[in-house]
Amino acid sequence: MSKRTVEMALATPGVDAEGRPTRVPLATQEPDLGGEHLLVNIGPQHPATHGVLRLVVELDGETVVRCIPHVGYLHSGFEKLGEYRHYNQIIPLTDRTDYLSPMANNVGFALAAEKLMGIDITPRCTVLRVIACEMSRIISHMVWLGTTSIDLGAFTPFLWAFQERERIYDLQEMWTGARLTTSVTRVGGLMADIPDRFVEKLREFTQTFPKTLGEIDRVLTRNAVWVGRTQNVGALTAAEATNYSLSGPMLRASGVGYDVRKDKPYLGYETYDFDVPVGEHGDVYDRYLVRLEECYQSNRILQQAVDRLPDGPINVDDPRVILPSKTRAMSDMEAMIFHFKQVMEGVKAPVGEAYIGIENPKGELGNYLVSDGTAKPVRWRIRPPSFINLSALPKMAEGHLLSDLIAINASVDIVMGEVDR
Amino acid sequence: MKRVGEVHSSNYLLAKFHDLVDWAVNSSRANSLWPMPFGTACCAIEFMATAASRFDFARFGMERQAFSPRQADVLICAGRLPFKLAPVIRRIYDQMPQPKWVISMGACASTGGIFDNYSMVQGIDTIVPVDVYVPGCPPRPEGLLYGILLLHKKIKGESLFDAVRRRDEQPLDEKGLRLSPETIDEISEPFGNSVHQFRSS
Amino acid sequence: MIPGALREAVARDGETIVYVPRERLLDVMTWLKETPGQEFDYLVDVTAVEYRDRERPLEVVYFLRSLKRRADIRVKLELDPSEELWVDSVWELWHGADWLEREVFDMFGVTFRGHPDLRRILMWETYAEGYPLRKSFPLRGRFSRAEQVRQALNANPEAHYSLEELSIADAAGDLPDEMRDRLRRGERGVIPEPPSP
Repeated sequence: MSKRTVEMALATPGVDAEGRPTRVPLATQEPDLGGEHLLVNIGPQHPATHGVLRLVVELDGETVVRCIPHVGYLHSGFEKLGEYRHYNQIIPLTDRTDYLSPMANNVGFALAAEKLMGIDITPRCTVLRVIACEMSRIISHMVWLGTTSIDLGAFTPFLWAFQERERIYDLQEMWTGARLTTSVTRVGGLMADIPDRFVEKLREFTQTFPKTLGEIDRVLTRNAVWVGRTQNVGALTAAEATNYSLSGPMLRASGVGYDVRKDKPYLGYETYDFDVPVGEHGDVYDRYLVRLEECYQSNRILQQAVDRLPDGPINVDDPRVILPSKTRAMSDMEAMIFHFKQVMEGVKAPVGEAYIGIENPKGELGNYLVSDGTAKPVRWRIRPPSFINLSALPKMAEGHLLSDLIAINASVDIVMGEVDR
Repeated sequence: MKRVGEVHSSNYLLAKFHDLVDWAVNSSRANSLWPMPFGTACCAIEFMATAASRFDFARFGMERQAFSPRQADVLICAGRLPFKLAPVIRRIYDQMPQPKWVISMGACASTGGIFDNYSMVQGIDTIVPVDVYVPGCPPRPEGLLYGILLLHKKIKGESLFDAVRRRDEQPLDEKGLRLSPETIDEISEPFGNSVHQFRSS
Repeated sequence: MIPGALREAVARDGETIVYVPRERLLDVMTWLKETPGQEFDYLVDVTAVEYRDRERPLEVVYFLRSLKRRADIRVKLELDPSEELWVDSVWELWHGADWLEREVFDMFGVTFRGHPDLRRILMWETYAEGYPLRKSFPLRGRFSRAEQVRQALNANPEAHYSLEELSIADAAGDLPDEMRDRLRRGERGVIPEPPSP
């Protein structure tokens, strides 16, 4: 749809100079009145800031001159706590950083710890982790779609998106027993194998999910209000996006086709057949299109992963890393000693450091672990994608209207638990 | 029925009238609570799930979510509360008109949860008075709904005429605290597993 | 070998780590960003590491990536914790460093010279307990819980500390005395030593 049609659509009935009825476009040039600048404080408790973000905005009339974000209202000291925990004890913390995609966070941390310890995971575990990551991507993008459409005045997609989330929540609950805080991985494997009927249910989901996406697509993509409020808003060029270290859908919407899954594959992503959507204009609309398309692609990956799911163990065969089964720990002396040592002393990692970035729904989630040979990391650093994406907000918001600031902020897809950690 | 508090009415009819007024007022209050969702972290997502189609807390008279504290009845603190956010929740609480209630949703809001560290308030009851604590990390939507129903029950036991069962404003003391420093230190003591988390190696 | 590098090492995940002296950081970074064949145009992350061993220096770590060549490199600086911790800011090269450097400053107390707006980012501006991620900082903070609650409740949630905000809001008079004095003396990005416990 061209920009012209949108302007026509956003017009109101009126009369022209000769008194004949015509359509008067709503977007007219305002006269330059000048005047004092105003300082407006938005947040930290504001429904449109997606959590506890505080924005101090300097306004000239309704135009944003400067936007100064204040973060840290949800700083929970994850990285400090990590220095006091064993590697496996950190996994419950990772759920709570980016709580919109908990499973992908679990996988990211486990991969970093395994790289540090030099562990190769089993084929079944690899495929199950891919399923975990892609399920997370879908539910995270669904929250984004729902909340952003509420911010821009559409309530119905929120309900559709949350219905789909509930279906994935059911799957997560089948697998892990928890809806949100899954803690699904362990260093060297998984907390549990998938239950019976999980594969059936997941297959059923992948078959019906595109229908909901199609509905959302029909309602939003060519909707005049949606297009008018998102196109040419908050645009960033490819060079700017790179310079601001953006990642994930934000980077790709600006035309830089970097996806960790393709360019630095982990978990065997190079063997799956999927496309990476890349935007053109880098505005809010392109970010929406990229995320919508990523949902379709995640669905494709899920279908392939379900089809190829191999049999076999989910954990590596290494009693120093993986807890023995309860029955063996109770009957076999050696297993009991390993169980005791692991619970009391933890898994010791060799001296060194490892970084692994995975493609999280928000962007590149990095886990950087430094070990000095003990069972607790010296430093656990999360490279928070939405924190870094948010730092470009002042640049994006400059010169836009205050109401566009809400759209731009929504398009960053922030989750404050991860921004503030 | 023996009544307590400052109003000692020997007049049977007056007492009955008070009961009738209390019943009418409390039922109206309880059945149309306007929640102020103070959603900070993970629990806010479950709060949103509770508001969405499957669980739909509008069934319990909470159709309208008041995002402005000045038009809200019940503050639902969903998620962890760092010290940086403590003055904000206190101000929101102070801005809410009486009568007001507070639900502390989740382990972090109620006790600090797994975050026993330098940045986290160990329970929002050191900042604002809490009526219902909903356990869980995060609580399931059913848990939150149960907490809301408990709050209904609590509201229905209140009275406009009885000083003990009436809700009064609870301002901060002259030091700017809600509880005495000793009480705060006592309820913020590490417990359970976090007692052992002093050593980093 | 990168010009100006002290030594190179390989991390457990196979990436190259380059150690550079503090004085040469900007030269090395500019060289890495602009030399054909290097072209590290993307800053992945900036962080710092302090070891439990007090003898070891504090490290500031830069993760760089070349989007064109799909290659990564890690640049490290070693700082002596007993001396003043400062580094030159790489904000001019990558604007993404803005918040990352502020976070390292907030959590470790490393001053980035040349940073446009070096303030605390995660903790609040008047936070007086020190730098949380330093090893000498106890897990539960230096003050008692009651004192922490008291300070938090007495904080002003609408305070302006950013220089830009101060100029627009004309709110310099609302700053704490000690902070206003520091601003007057032109000392930015330095937080006074926390009281010893």
